[in-house]
Amino acid sequence: MSEQLEKLKLAEKLVGRGKVSRRQFVQLAMAAGLTAATGELMFTKAARAEPKKGGSAKFGLAHGATTDSLDPAGYPDTGTQIPFAGAMSNNLTIVDADGNIHPDLAESFEPGKDAATWIFKIRNGVTFHNGKSVTPEDVIGSFQHHMGPDSKSAAKSLLADVTEIKADGKDKVVFTLGGANADFPYVASEYHIPIMPVVDGKADWQSGVRTGAYVYGEYEPGVRAHLTRNPNYYGTAWFDDVEFLTIADVTARTAALTAGQVHWISRADLKTLNLLKRDPNVNIDEVQGLGHYTFPMHVDAAPFDNADVRTALKYAVNRQDIVDKVFLGHATPGNDNPIAPLVKFAIDPEPKHTYDPEKAKFHLKKAGMENLKVDLSVADAAFNGAVDAAVLYQQHAKACGIDINVVREPNDGYWDNVWLKKAWCASYWGGRPTCDWMFTTTYAKGAAWNETNFAHPRFNELLVQGRAETDEKKRAAIYAEMQQLQHDEGGGLVLVFNNYVDASSKKLAHGKIAGNWEGDGFKIAERWWFA
Amino acid sequence: MNPVLRTVLQRLGLGIATLFVVSIIISLTIEMLPGDFAKAILGQSATPETVAAFQREVGLDRSPVVRYVEWVGGIVRGDFGESYASAGSLAGHRRLVSEMIAPRLLNTLFLAGAAAMIAVPLSLFLGIMAALYRNSYFDRAVNVVSLTSISSPEFFLAYILIMFLAVKFPIFVSLASITPGMSLGDRLYAIMLPTLTLVLVIVAHMMRMTRAAIINLLASPYIEMSRLKGVKPLQIILRHALPNAWAPIANVIALNLAYLVVGVVVVEVVFTYPGIGQLMVDAVSKRDLPVVQGCALVFAATYILLNLLADVVTIVSNPRLLHPR
Repeated sequence: MSEQLEKLKLAEKLVGRGKVSRRQFVQLAMAAGLTAATGELMFTKAARAEPKKGGSAKFGLAHGATTDSLDPAGYPDTGTQIPFAGAMSNNLTIVDADGNIHPDLAESFEPGKDAATWIFKIRNGVTFHNGKSVTPEDVIGSFQHHMGPDSKSAAKSLLADVTEIKADGKDKVVFTLGGANADFPYVASEYHIPIMPVVDGKADWQSGVRTGAYVYGEYEPGVRAHLTRNPNYYGTAWFDDVEFLTIADVTARTAALTAGQVHWISRADLKTLNLLKRDPNVNIDEVQGLGHYTFPMHVDAAPFDNADVRTALKYAVNRQDIVDKVFLGHATPGNDNPIAPLVKFAIDPEPKHTYDPEKAKFHLKKAGMENLKVDLSVADAAFNGAVDAAVLYQQHAKACGIDINVVREPNDGYWDNVWLKKAWCASYWGGRPTCDWMFTTTYAKGAAWNETNFAHPRFNELLVQGRAETDEKKRAAIYAEMQQLQHDEGGGLVLVFNNYVDASSKKLAHGKIAGNWEGDGFKIAERWWFA
Repeated sequence: MNPVLRTVLQRLGLGIATLFVVSIIISLTIEMLPGDFAKAILGQSATPETVAAFQREVGLDRSPVVRYVEWVGGIVRGDFGESYASAGSLAGHRRLVSEMIAPRLLNTLFLAGAAAMIAVPLSLFLGIMAALYRNSYFDRAVNVVSLTSISSPEFFLAYILIMFLAVKFPIFVSLASITPGMSLGDRLYAIMLPTLTLVLVIVAHMMRMTRAAIINLLASPYIEMSRLKGVKPLQIILRHALPNAWAPIANVIALNLAYLVVGVVVVEVVFTYPGIGQLMVDAVSKRDLPVVQGCALVFAATYILLNLLADVVTIVSNPRLLHPR
């Protein structure tokens, strides 16, 4: 690399920090043998790449209801998750865009003797929005908010394994678990468990006083939330203030973005996405999420109790066709592994389950059958497009000698009456950021939501081993074997992984978008800035 | 007793009886709604334990009859109850149904008021003009345009207005978001597109009723008489025909005003306007029953009051009813 080019590279970095003027930069670029126009372009790009403070950002959210509240025991959808869990609060830990866990409100965390105790050290000098320091008591109260017999929290089952939380000195909190769990720091990053101040022995969620990048301002449930920048934030926050508007109607959302009334909208309309792409002021941001759509089979009910029947059914579906037709290309075909590629220790098991009528027939024959007739119970309550996907599957399976009878169930009460009850139905899983978490919730023997009734001895043995293992290499091997087992013998037919398709104004800039949750891992207000 | 007063009292009495019947129907319908608040809020993460905790807290474990009696008893005292969303709150953070409905109702009345201020005079004027120049090109043009707008679904009209007046030519804004500190001018500007949509939807009905009522009267002998004595056509309509046409016009106006209050949820959703219609739809989908009940009752009361008003206008505008022998 020539000396000039090297200088230019250095200048590029300085531009972002405002240290080099446009004129100086273009002169350097020309000295390096570039044209003035290219230099200009490079300057603009470099200036955009480095975040800067300022501006009022408006976000159009697809969710939000009048029943919403600031209580983190609820937070049912992005209407509360993005403004309150994401912009206003912090957890002890946070998952980054690559799926790794980092300390957030905690300065560091480490396991005790085994992974059954975890010690979190609170970041030094962090205060709540009202100026009060964050103490171990606040952390304990925030966790206990979700525990106990009267808790109505969605995080209750998540923390069922926590037997004791106690303070150790002025800045340490020690969690004692019922069994070893090497992934406990991931649990602490769950959006239901932000740290709140404790008032009179109880976590005070009502006041909206938290530690995050933005301070609670105005809130009208299901309509709008307005927050302003926290000047004492220990991290970074670029916008002066942020406003979150609930715009349930997708056409209204699109119009608000194109008319410049909001800068970002979640869940862009897939049917008209190509028209929106033509707008010169709009970016489409698409990231693969952890969420996935499945057709779970009960492995203990005939005919699904035969592994070959399950394999035949896995080969009998054309996932790419469903991605193209039902999700209009905005999804990623699954491979009967419920662990998304983004998750640490994820593998892509072989042989790949793609549409193959010959293999389907072969496995069917191995199971001693010429043809098969099965019921598949679906409703769009499971996931949008479940009925369409099932009907397409029916057509794909015909060529394999499998006759799928699609039973359309009512949307109302689907999760009560169909899911977990029918031997084969449609289901949806939002992201779980670790292998252990996903497997423990859905595939472990005896788990409340074990939708496939999977009770594989080796699988459960590995699950316990993996949880207690702290050696990364050994864990990788354990989880690889578990994923392979799921892929080969499991009853969870993983159809597709969902993509988050959002649209934003070109005025906004951002780094790599996280896919663990919607809206850059709910942290859009903290991570994005005005270019 | 003054016939106006008598009618008002009589109708108010009947109205209260109607509201009582409506309250029973509402409660029965709500009992039939499948699903449950806890499950709607928690979704897939609802475990039997948390669902039971919710139900204990909001009192859903008691019989429907007890809950109905308590609810009606509360309403008589002006207490609409508490939203299920306040389950789990500490004292001082309860969310009363009346506090949730009041601001939304005001927003709805504001939008309805703005639409009525434009639509009622406009449709009266167009109706009178159409009657005056009936079967002319003007009459036909007004009819065709207003019938087209009433025949198109509201959301379609709304999207067309957004496309032309907010996206292609950004004159107005497509998000009718109202914040507490806004000035009246800003508020009116923000709700311009929903107002226009509603005007387009309701003008036809009132305009055609005005036109029909007047034309109907134009055939009567006393109009013939005034025409023979040389009164100008516009004067005939304004002085002789219109006073006798008020009753049907008032009824149609009342019907449309009621529609503006209770039936505009689609327009509210498209323009993201925080009105009472959205509140009710929200509450139904989350099974927040006290709010659903409260909204339904407010809607019923609106219909009853506006109909009462139309009846009063009918009596006042008709001397035979005003001074019965």
